[in-house]
Amino acid sequence: MKFINKQDQINFRLMQGIALGVIFMMTVMVYLLVKQSMPVIKLSGFSFVTTDWWNPLDEEFGALSFVYGTLVTSFLALLLASPFSIAVAVFITEIIPEKVKPIISLLVEMIAAVPSIVFGLWGLFFLAPFVQKTLTPFLKSSPLGMLPIFQGPSFGIGILTASIILAIMIIPTITSICREVFKTVPKLQKEAALGLGATRFEMIKLAILKPSFSGIMGAMVLGLGRALGETMAVAMVIGNQANINFSLFAPGSTMASVIANEYAEAESDLHISALCLVGLLLFVVTLIVNVFARTIVWRFGSSK
Amino acid sequence: MNYYQIQKLKSHFFIGLLYFSAAFVLAPLIMVIIFLFLKGASSLNIDFFINLPKPVGETGGGMAHAILGTFYMVGIGTIISVPLGIICGIYLAEYGKGKIPTCLRMASDLLTGVPSIVIGIFAYTLIVVPFKSFSALAGGVALSLIILPIVIRSTEEILKLIPGHIREAGLALGLPRWKVIYFIIVKGNLPNIFTGVILAISRAAGETAPLLFTAFGNMYLSYSLTGPMASLPVQIYNYAISPFEDWQRQAWAGAFVLIILVLGLNIFSRMIVNRKQLF
Repeated sequence: MKFINKQDQINFRLMQGIALGVIFMMTVMVYLLVKQSMPVIKLSGFSFVTTDWWNPLDEEFGALSFVYGTLVTSFLALLLASPFSIAVAVFITEIIPEKVKPIISLLVEMIAAVPSIVFGLWGLFFLAPFVQKTLTPFLKSSPLGMLPIFQGPSFGIGILTASIILAIMIIPTITSICREVFKTVPKLQKEAALGLGATRFEMIKLAILKPSFSGIMGAMVLGLGRALGETMAVAMVIGNQANINFSLFAPGSTMASVIANEYAEAESDLHISALCLVGLLLFVVTLIVNVFARTIVWRFGSSK
Repeated sequence: MNYYQIQKLKSHFFIGLLYFSAAFVLAPLIMVIIFLFLKGASSLNIDFFINLPKPVGETGGGMAHAILGTFYMVGIGTIISVPLGIICGIYLAEYGKGKIPTCLRMASDLLTGVPSIVIGIFAYTLIVVPFKSFSALAGGVALSLIILPIVIRSTEEILKLIPGHIREAGLALGLPRWKVIYFIIVKGNLPNIFTGVILAISRAAGETAPLLFTAFGNMYLSYSLTGPMASLPVQIYNYAISPFEDWQRQAWAGAFVLIILVLGLNIFSRMIVNRKQLF
């Protein structure tokens, strides 16, 4: 860049220096994370993600059960949260009057502002007993109760409870992106649908939801990205057991929750290194998911 | 019933379903707040704010050290990252084309998406490993990594909204560009930038995961930058998973204080911009 004014040049160089410093810092952090996890990468190699035997005392590390726990809770949360998030986004953009709109959207945004530790506390003392005493008997007596995922006893804390908490926490993310997407639908299109004699339901289905499909997908993937990394609320209600169990009532463990539980107490360097590798894995997965989501939303935006 | 009536009924049913799902989504938030009021506010007293924890078995005691610790570490995080974040945001908005800005934007987007627990590991490898001890500084650095990308993003978004003719008017008067940037663009939008900063701080104040193994937590009052330090979220976590009823009661009280702090800051930041835009 060319500058006529010396002061401008100094200012620009200063800003550029700071920007480079920030970029450098982040590169260093990622490098340190990789360096910390190196010993376990050398020790276990690829079997780190293919075995589920996690035994820090004997320095045997297999993270498959955590990967499983993370994937199951996140996808279940996405499954629970998406219909509600899309419905609320439609509700806010189309149904409620202008005056009430800001209040409802503020309330939805407030869900995102509640610290995850508070949700964890609530989940531990309210949701877990609720799942154990009300939801479990209900699910077991329903026709779906025969499925293998609904077998076994419920202790309240477990994969299902964690997924419900996660679902609550990702609803605001999906809702706000969906609202942005719905805003791009031209008013003319809605009026055209109504003018052709469509009911409000048909108008929403044809003029809003259908053209927004890829945008909604992007919103869901972003929600998934949030669910994958959520730590505290999950750590408090999932039960923290390093095994793979197909029942949703059984306790489990996620990548984030195992780091939260074991990192501060880890004795050996190898244990720390293994937890760093779990962190690195989590980092890479969320990175891929976020980039993917952004591409979808960005493509949707530029196609308009 | 003819076709039209069925369609109409379907539409009414669908809209009813939308009302129901909105109520269903807001129910947890309302339940959390009611729970906090019932369990938290009732066990809140003056002791909670001025006393330190008592040994297990004795009732009473408070979280004065944790409340101070939270303010202390959020303060460190703010001092580190807010100036950096604002300058990076200005840089992106004013000189936003080219390789370095693109890299910075990507890096900051990347950092926003990083799970908070991984940010804890970053701060651990950066500060705890070289100093060989859990420290308040590490906690502050971890929180600064949470604040930084939010401030960068919000500052950039705000400054980008300013129409180009304002810059051109300043330049046409013969001002150097840096004066236009700092004294016209930034100065005129300080309240908006401040909003982003406060939102970021409110996020950081509620974070637990990055503090678990950076600041670690303790049970006494500490002002040392290089020693472990308690914080409200971590203290709530430790108390909540403990088997003692009195500690669990205090966890609720702590959560009540925390949510008042976080939601209060959040709503306050919305109020700065425009009173009409509160909602």
